[in-house]
Amino acid sequence: MKQNSILISDPSLRDGNHAIGHQLSKEQIAAYCRAADAAKVPIVEVGHGNGVGASSLQLGEAKTSDFVALTTARENLKTSKLGIHLIPGFATVEKDLRPALEIGVDVVRVAAHCTEADLCERHIDFARSKGANVWGVLMMSHMVTSIDLLEQARKMESYGAQGFVFMDSAGHYLPDDVSERVKVLTEGLTIPIGFHAHNNLGMAIANSIAAVKEGATLLDGCARGFGAGAGNAQIEVLVAVLERLGYSTGIDLYKLLDASDLAERELMKEIPTIKSTSIVSGLAGVFSGFMKPVDRISKQFGVDPRDVFFELGRRKIIAGQEDIILEVAKELSGQPRV
Amino acid sequence: MGVFGLWGTMKQVKLKIGILGSGNIGTDLLVKVQRSPLLECTVFVGRSLTSSGMAKAQALGVRVSSDSISFFEKNADTVDLVFDATSAKDHKLHAPIFKRLGIRAVDLTPAKLGLMCVPSVNLSECLNETNVNMVTCGGQASIPIAHAIGKTHKDVDYIEVVSSIASRSAGPATRQNLDEYIATTEEGLRYFSGAKRTKAILNLNPAQPCIDMQATVFAKVADGTVPDIDKLKPILTEIVSRVRQYVPGYEVILGPIVENGRIVVMVRVKGLGDYLPAYAGNLDIINCAAVAMAEEYAKQRLELKTYSLEGRS
Repeated sequence: MKQNSILISDPSLRDGNHAIGHQLSKEQIAAYCRAADAAKVPIVEVGHGNGVGASSLQLGEAKTSDFVALTTARENLKTSKLGIHLIPGFATVEKDLRPALEIGVDVVRVAAHCTEADLCERHIDFARSKGANVWGVLMMSHMVTSIDLLEQARKMESYGAQGFVFMDSAGHYLPDDVSERVKVLTEGLTIPIGFHAHNNLGMAIANSIAAVKEGATLLDGCARGFGAGAGNAQIEVLVAVLERLGYSTGIDLYKLLDASDLAERELMKEIPTIKSTSIVSGLAGVFSGFMKPVDRISKQFGVDPRDVFFELGRRKIIAGQEDIILEVAKELSGQPRV
Repeated sequence: MGVFGLWGTMKQVKLKIGILGSGNIGTDLLVKVQRSPLLECTVFVGRSLTSSGMAKAQALGVRVSSDSISFFEKNADTVDLVFDATSAKDHKLHAPIFKRLGIRAVDLTPAKLGLMCVPSVNLSECLNETNVNMVTCGGQASIPIAHAIGKTHKDVDYIEVVSSIASRSAGPATRQNLDEYIATTEEGLRYFSGAKRTKAILNLNPAQPCIDMQATVFAKVADGTVPDIDKLKPILTEIVSRVRQYVPGYEVILGPIVENGRIVVMVRVKGLGDYLPAYAGNLDIINCAAVAMAEEYAKQRLELKTYSLEGRS
């Protein structure tokens, strides 16, 4: 089962955008792309936190347009491949995917909530028809059983996905949860399997390693963990741990450490850490990217952000439903609705 | 004219409705049409007689056919108006055929060939059109609000609508048409609000018990101007009461407020629970709008007929 080579994708310039209200600039994108490229990071993912076409009042408007972000990245990546995240329902083929492919995106990761794989069929099909390397991604995967996850992943495979990634968008998993899912997925799929961690409960690296030990061969990691909420698996730690365990990633560790130092200096206002609200979000199973809006809106309505997170979890709110934070905060505040 | 005579006239002038498409939308429309005092479904048409929609139609004693569009080509006099609840791709093929046959088409797909119709905003304008488009479920829920914002703010820079629906309420055609849903909703928002830029987002939530349909409208007014909530409130209340005349489960649950510089209004749509359960407000609102449109047209024809009958006597 065990594979010795692990393919690393780095979404610092995508997931990291969640941590700073989607304010990454053209210059920051260029600088980090050059550093990651020098470190031979195989895939660098770029864009709004929720992917191309997701800049919005609902999720936050991006400082840099998809077009500028992707052309800048393209110019600064020589050996690394350029990746995007794309969620049908936010992004469309004509408005977002076609232009991205024209800029020269190599890897397209088409993502849906863990029960809604069939929304991705046309987008996967289109990206494949244009020669891109296409992966299927299921988000908030802790909300379904491993059997249901496999059924959805099989749909992705049948649409033409060449890899499958499941995301722990809420940072809710413990290592055993991940092992069990990867085991079921490797038995049921023929395409490579990957895992995307969040660190709400301090498990991002441990969960990533648990995935690899059961046969996952694709992992996501971000510089200093730069990502939504408590951040992602920290790429420089991930690569170091994989090396100790005898896996190869093809990444130059010294240069990766340089890239992560640059990221700390140039990209982030603060290094992601496990804050109190992140712990609650992980426990409640709510999307990590909700942290900033929950904090902001809770303040406006004078309510406890922890109560807001638990209520969102009780209602099984999914990534993308940020508008419901307002409704919940207003309800908890006891203010009349209208 | 005695009571029975009037009844006879009424029966005679009930608008004859054909329904094309036997999925969730078509079958729910059937239930609504059969309840209407002004409309009568004369035929329910699909591609296969074995669907659950067909079974429902047969149980209601409605004539059924599996001949799709060719049924209408052979039996053009059976109907005055057709609800097309197939897909955007199919409606593009059907539209010229209905036009040639002299059958009015009310399009429930996002094909957007005809004038866009949101009854609370432009019903009377649609009555003389041979093909009207009912935009989308998210459009029917949000456009009345976007229109009110556009009416009360001279310079609306941007309007965005986020709709959340229960996964169970979205059938395969809806899922296949996701990109068209977005494009059509965005165009409808622009047309009815005058905003410079628009964006539509759709979330499908699988939670059990199923969530009710909700739509949130965000708006940004142009730089240098400020949102005028006091001016917006009465206009919004008025248009919402107009929507509630044909969608009783339509309710503002938040707003209008200003949060983080954005105008926010949130509505919930509970369905009538006709074919799908009440949570499927998305299905209900577009169908209620289509029926309201057909009923208004029926009334107009009824008046014309009554007038011509009186003229003759």
